Amino acid sequence: MTSYFNEMYQGSAVRAPYARLQDWMTSMPAELRQMKQAEAEALFRRIGITFAVYGEGGDPDRLIPFDMFPRVFSGAEWAKLERGIKQRARALNAFLVDVYGRGEIVRAGRIPGRLVYLNEAYEKSVVGFVPPKGVYSHIVGIDLVRTGPDEFFVLEDNCRTPSGVSYMLENREIMMRMFPDLFRENRIEPVDSYPEILRRTLASVAPAKCDRDPTVVILTPGHFNSAYYEHSFLADLMGVELVEGQDLFVEGEFVFMRTTEGPRRVDVIYRRLDDAYIDPLCFRPDSMLGIPGLMDVYRSGGVSICSAPGAGVADDKAVYTYVPEMIRFYLGEEPILKNVPTWQCGKADDCKYVLSNLKDLVVKEVHGSGGYGMLVGPKASAEQVEQFRARITANPHNYIAQPTLALSTTPTFVAEGIAPRHVDLRPYCLVGERIELVPGGLTRVALTEGSLVVNSSQGGGVKDTWVLAE
Amino acid sequence: MLLSVDHVTRYYYDQPVRGVVQSHRLMPSQCAGQKLVSWKVSVSDGQMGGGFRDGAGDWVQGWTVLGPVNEITVRVTGQIETVDMAGVLRGHKELTPPEAYLRSTHPTEADAALAALADGLAPLQDALAAAHEISARVSDAIVYTSDTTTAHTTAAEALAQGTGVCQDQAHAVIAVARHIGLPARYVSGYLLVGVDGAADEAAHAWAEVFIAGLGWVGFDPANRCCPDDRYIRLGSGLDSLHAAMIRGIARGQGEESLDVSVTVQASQTQSQTQQ
Repeated sequence: MTSYFNEMYQGSAVRAPYARLQDWMTSMPAELRQMKQAEAEALFRRIGITFAVYGEGGDPDRLIPFDMFPRVFSGAEWAKLERGIKQRARALNAFLVDVYGRGEIVRAGRIPGRLVYLNEAYEKSVVGFVPPKGVYSHIVGIDLVRTGPDEFFVLEDNCRTPSGVSYMLENREIMMRMFPDLFRENRIEPVDSYPEILRRTLASVAPAKCDRDPTVVILTPGHFNSAYYEHSFLADLMGVELVEGQDLFVEGEFVFMRTTEGPRRVDVIYRRLDDAYIDPLCFRPDSMLGIPGLMDVYRSGGVSICSAPGAGVADDKAVYTYVPEMIRFYLGEEPILKNVPTWQCGKADDCKYVLSNLKDLVVKEVHGSGGYGMLVGPKASAEQVEQFRARITANPHNYIAQPTLALSTTPTFVAEGIAPRHVDLRPYCLVGERIELVPGGLTRVALTEGSLVVNSSQGGGVKDTWVLAE
Repeated sequence: MLLSVDHVTRYYYDQPVRGVVQSHRLMPSQCAGQKLVSWKVSVSDGQMGGGFRDGAGDWVQGWTVLGPVNEITVRVTGQIETVDMAGVLRGHKELTPPEAYLRSTHPTEADAALAALADGLAPLQDALAAAHEISARVSDAIVYTSDTTTAHTTAAEALAQGTGVCQDQAHAVIAVARHIGLPARYVSGYLLVGVDGAADEAAHAWAEVFIAGLGWVGFDPANRCCPDDRYIRLGSGLDSLHAAMIRGIARGQGEESLDVSVTVQASQTQSQTQQ
């Protein structure tokens, strides 16, 4: 029987960060709890924030379940996480600048060239171009799990356009509205500065040819996109325009936005659109979502694109294995946050090990996401294990495997009362002229008893994430 | 050889369009064996946009035309001194690692028939010989025949029907070379065709294969040779789309038609200009 780290209790003792929540929890009558839960749901519905997170698909009109029991970090715990996250964000950006430049890390033999240069996410069209301030990934979403008091593992990095930050902000907003007393009794670090820091970060990477206060916009694929709510939410909070491809056009050396007062030059585009769709003259010629000529303006210093085209090569699941090596190579530091040991089924030895230990491992598709196409060995039926054995044997390069991590639990409101449920964490690190991290993130919780899969498409919910002021 | 180029592309729209945006690869490569005497690209009513040299060494230039327009003309005129380098690309500054040219794209995907063209080749023993052999086999298997393929025909389709033009042959060489682990790419440019040569060959395309120790080497299956001083190299890419001389899009409902004329001539007298 695996033992799981409970973030609130150590035996029967309450861990310090959760001390004040003990009373709150025990003194709340069941009726009040049910009433509050209904209130929270009504609030989320009114705001209009719905299901889709991380591009997982699913019913876009379904609410993602919100659990009122906060997840809490002490200031000291967070300080270490923050150092580790920022370190990782720096290394990932250094890697991107390098592999689109001289490729020193490949020349030094620290990562196989094929893994980088043959990667579908490697954008040949930006080789030799260094984006402003040398930043490719301006918003780095790092998925973390905790296995012990002092043990954190990075599950994956998201260097393109990680979503879900609107949940971080909304969860806090709703908790504050429903339980104002809690926020008086606990000294909780605020997260509401995120939109302003994001705006500042984006403005700090204005292009070479921008000689004024930069105009920032958010580019969305449109209202049919599952994360459209988040796009408009962030635009609103940042006080910038939300645009679609058809609202922007290239003229001469610059990009302009159509406005009621005529064309207005745009300096920084925070795009929530994949590389393949942003410019039909450089990428997919059939894309109707992008801006023809955008890449020529970008590469000649007339506009900045965040994240920079090509950033995706850093968050590939196979490249992930080498992030600790990147930290050593570019920063000369030891990684503060650990990687999960990963076996690549494409390597014969690894594959052999994986196939003989399927019952104990988690197997993932290299390009999969959202908890689909995933085997959790210890929870799987013999039949499922055999299915995966066949799939891996047929196409080993498509799979990686990791040990089943004992994800920590936090108390969670369930039908029977309060019970421990497994959680993960996605903080959002902002990289521009400076590297900043608001104290918090998105905690996802596996609401099904015993489940280790926190994805909302697989029965996961979200929680407010607290960092206590020291 | 001193070559003169006059390349005119006219776009017609059956209804006026609100504007046109283009991305050009129309400047000759900066490499040994190509010395520019004069070169000019113009776009009727066009505004020159951002330009930059990309990681593959190509000068990419953006252009925009503000509508409404019914017609635009892109004209390239110039003179260039060329030297026969036996197909080897020398003195060409580029940053993109050769490995990045091992990735296949839709038109260069090797099916079983393309893979079979590599039978018996030993790229590890002699990559150069293997590349020559690939080019020769492609010339035999895809017979140069105009108007039997379109811009969207894949290498596999051209091989299946046994005919195609320089684009199809170049795609096929690339597909086979990559299949046996040799980085390969598509090159667009101009060619001086003899009096008996087909006129549509003057805007030409061929393949380059990366040979360790030698670098990028051109192979022209359409003419069963390596590029010499009759060739002018402009740009390269993973396939014809990525190496296109002109990529453009018009804003508006107008249906586009296109008219291209290319003349490449050898000047009788050497240029007086010293550059």
